[in-house]
Amino acid sequence: MKYLTLAAATLLATSASAEPPQLVVYTYDSFVADWGPGPVIEAAFEAECDCDLKFVGMGDGAALLARLKLEGARSDADVVLGLDTSLVAAAKDTGLFAPAKVTADYDLPVTWADDTFVPYDWGYFAFVHDKKLTAPKNFRELADSDLKIVIQDPRSSTPGLGLLMWVKDAYGDEAPAIWEGLADNIVTVTKGWSEAYGLFLEGEADMVLSYTTSPAYHLIAEKDETKAAAIFDEGHYMQIEVAGKLAATDQPELADKFMQFMVSDAAQSVLPTTNWMYPAVAPAAGLPEGFDQLVEPEKALLVPNDAVPALRDEALAEWLSALSQ
Amino acid sequence: MAFRPVSISTKPGISAAVTVAALILTALLAVLGRAEFTSGLGPADWSAIRFTILQAVISAVVSTLLAVPVARALARRRFRGRGLLVTLLGAPFILPVIVAVLGLLAVFGRAGWLNAGLAQVGLEPVSIYGLHGVVLAHVFFNLPLATRLLLQAWQTVPAERFRLAAQMSLTPYAVFRSIEVPLLRQILPGTAALVFVICLTSFAVALTLGGGPRATTVELAIYQAFRFDFDLSRAALLSLVQLGIAGGTAAAALWIIPTISIGGGFDRSLHRWDGQVGVQQVLDVLFIGLTTAFLLLPLVAVVTRGVAGFAKTPLAVWHAAGVSIIVALFSIAVLLAIALPMAGWIATRPRGGSEAVGLLGLAASPLTIGTGWFILINPVVDPFALALPVTALVNAFMALPFVLRIIVPPMRDTVQVYGRLTQTLGMGGWSLWRWVILPRLRPQIGFAAGLTGALSMGDLGVIALFASPDTATLPLQMYRLMGAYRMDAAAGAALILLALSLGIFWVFDKGGRWHAQA
Repeated sequence: MKYLTLAAATLLATSASAEPPQLVVYTYDSFVADWGPGPVIEAAFEAECDCDLKFVGMGDGAALLARLKLEGARSDADVVLGLDTSLVAAAKDTGLFAPAKVTADYDLPVTWADDTFVPYDWGYFAFVHDKKLTAPKNFRELADSDLKIVIQDPRSSTPGLGLLMWVKDAYGDEAPAIWEGLADNIVTVTKGWSEAYGLFLEGEADMVLSYTTSPAYHLIAEKDETKAAAIFDEGHYMQIEVAGKLAATDQPELADKFMQFMVSDAAQSVLPTTNWMYPAVAPAAGLPEGFDQLVEPEKALLVPNDAVPALRDEALAEWLSALSQ
Repeated sequence: MAFRPVSISTKPGISAAVTVAALILTALLAVLGRAEFTSGLGPADWSAIRFTILQAVISAVVSTLLAVPVARALARRRFRGRGLLVTLLGAPFILPVIVAVLGLLAVFGRAGWLNAGLAQVGLEPVSIYGLHGVVLAHVFFNLPLATRLLLQAWQTVPAERFRLAAQMSLTPYAVFRSIEVPLLRQILPGTAALVFVICLTSFAVALTLGGGPRATTVELAIYQAFRFDFDLSRAALLSLVQLGIAGGTAAAALWIIPTISIGGGFDRSLHRWDGQVGVQQVLDVLFIGLTTAFLLLPLVAVVTRGVAGFAKTPLAVWHAAGVSIIVALFSIAVLLAIALPMAGWIATRPRGGSEAVGLLGLAASPLTIGTGWFILINPVVDPFALALPVTALVNAFMALPFVLRIIVPPMRDTVQVYGRLTQTLGMGGWSLWRWVILPRLRPQIGFAAGLTGALSMGDLGVIALFASPDTATLPLQMYRLMGAYRMDAAAGAALILLALSLGIFWVFDKGGRWHAQA
């Protein structure tokens, strides 16, 4: 029996060494779904890399970071795909990431200066509503109206945290007053984006916190033109999704190659209609039809990555006290 | 050794209980071991603890008290579709949280049927959001469970008792006093404790229907500690608080259960003569009707939406359904291996406090157990390789308290009634299980296995930490669909999930009651 096991192990080892190198990419759950960008990107990259690309999906961006902290330097991951701008500072603090060797001509509303993380797509947070509704022009108008909204909890959801930073960045010390004004508009707060969006589609609220790109899904995938995103004159907070290379990777070159691939046309042209976000680099063929009908905010808001953690804690305390009364 | 009424070997039961406790406590210790002690509990945590206990107490009391008239009505009525109704009673309990919430909102929400009806007759709309909404949802989840547990108890009453009561022309009140009150004293505390613990770990339901951060529960604070702050010490501390509250309540509730026996009978077929006409009949019809409407209308909403989205359900969902069925069957096997010996051990003890061990798995946050095990397993084995056994084990742990609640009372009865006889016959070990215990407990074991399978189908739990892309379960795929805007397809997946869960539940439950009039 022992010999048999040994023989089997040897056999496995030989076959393993003959196989192409494997690149393990941790990402969020919706990326790897059959209908997400994962399968298309995997096939396209494997066609040119002579390697085995393995996506491992788990929760969302925050879950990814928590997982990496648990695994530490022992992690199997070579690349992490799906952290966002609100997590970048915390991710850097772990010391688990190495600078990336990627060059790209980014098409972002802000200049990207970080040398560790590579942006691959982005979007603006916005309140989505039915086109029949006359949407408010800013948070103050929303607070004064009778409109009902559903938002996500910043403690458990990325968009929820985005909204928190949005109000804080736009209003600073006046943010608590804004939240107090919004309190009677908020129908409820949900654990994640899916719950909130589901509630909105059920008619529980007039508007839901989502992205300016959300109407594109309804337009392109469902031929439904009834949804729109409200443009606020304070500007709109951005979410930029990034990929990073682990310092402990055993495939550093392949990891760089993959991250470079993520900003190439092959990957960027896929993202808009699978991840429903704007590509970080303008695709050669332009944006897919339907994206041209989306409204564009006039002003982009983004708290610098390093300033996020301190501001986040302050804003959360204000949010909790304004909505707990 | 103190007097033991029956020669059930207690060793397997004690080892099972110790294993359960050890696996859960090591998970907590693993999290604590990785924690840097930075912070204690803040004022926000204390207010979360207060809210958690408040909503759990109200939910448990309302669910259990409402279950009494409903179970009583179901116990003494025979009508067409009763069996189907009893099976459907299991449905709310096994639905994934988000599906159930959407179903409830279709009925009670701002744009729901109730408010549409109120508007028709010119009344003000009612809002479901708030503490009452949380309680409503928890009653929706737990009333059926409490009803099933009570009904199960009612059915252990020997037919001879009711025959005698009928011969003596006892009034309904006298029947209630002499037969049903002792029964309720034995079954209510444990049922209430179980519902309390379920509601204690509520998170998404409490938050969504509670209407905002006022409705922050301990489980949400644990989630926040793990995910938002990565503060393991706070997460472990909060898990301990949660365990302490649950364990204390459960031990107290189980301890006050009197060890009285309902008495044995000749297993005659059950026929009820009491309360078949008059006020009692009207009340029964009312309770059954109202409960059915309350529980089934949200399910109708879920099914309607599911049928509409069914065609859009992608193929991956069926693959996931296969994975889920395998996980469910594994969970049932693991569960029975733990629960039967444990129940045998608990039933021979004078007081039932030791059953609280079974509640550990439910009361410890799944996120904490998952993370703890992950910390332990990760250095040794690839966690993905263990996805299936870990999921089956956790699902079995989650179901364990329900199953013990189902099996322990009749087991105790069997032990007390047949104890002397089996000892006289020198029966013990396997032959005792084979000839006395298993045949007598067959309906309960079937019900327990069905419930475990169904619970396991709908659970998301720790799978998120261990699941590789190929072992995605049905609930996980459903969430992925929702996360990709595909709410219609997700509704289709939810329908498949509901059908499969109920199917598994029905097969086992029916199997247990085969040729039995329960």
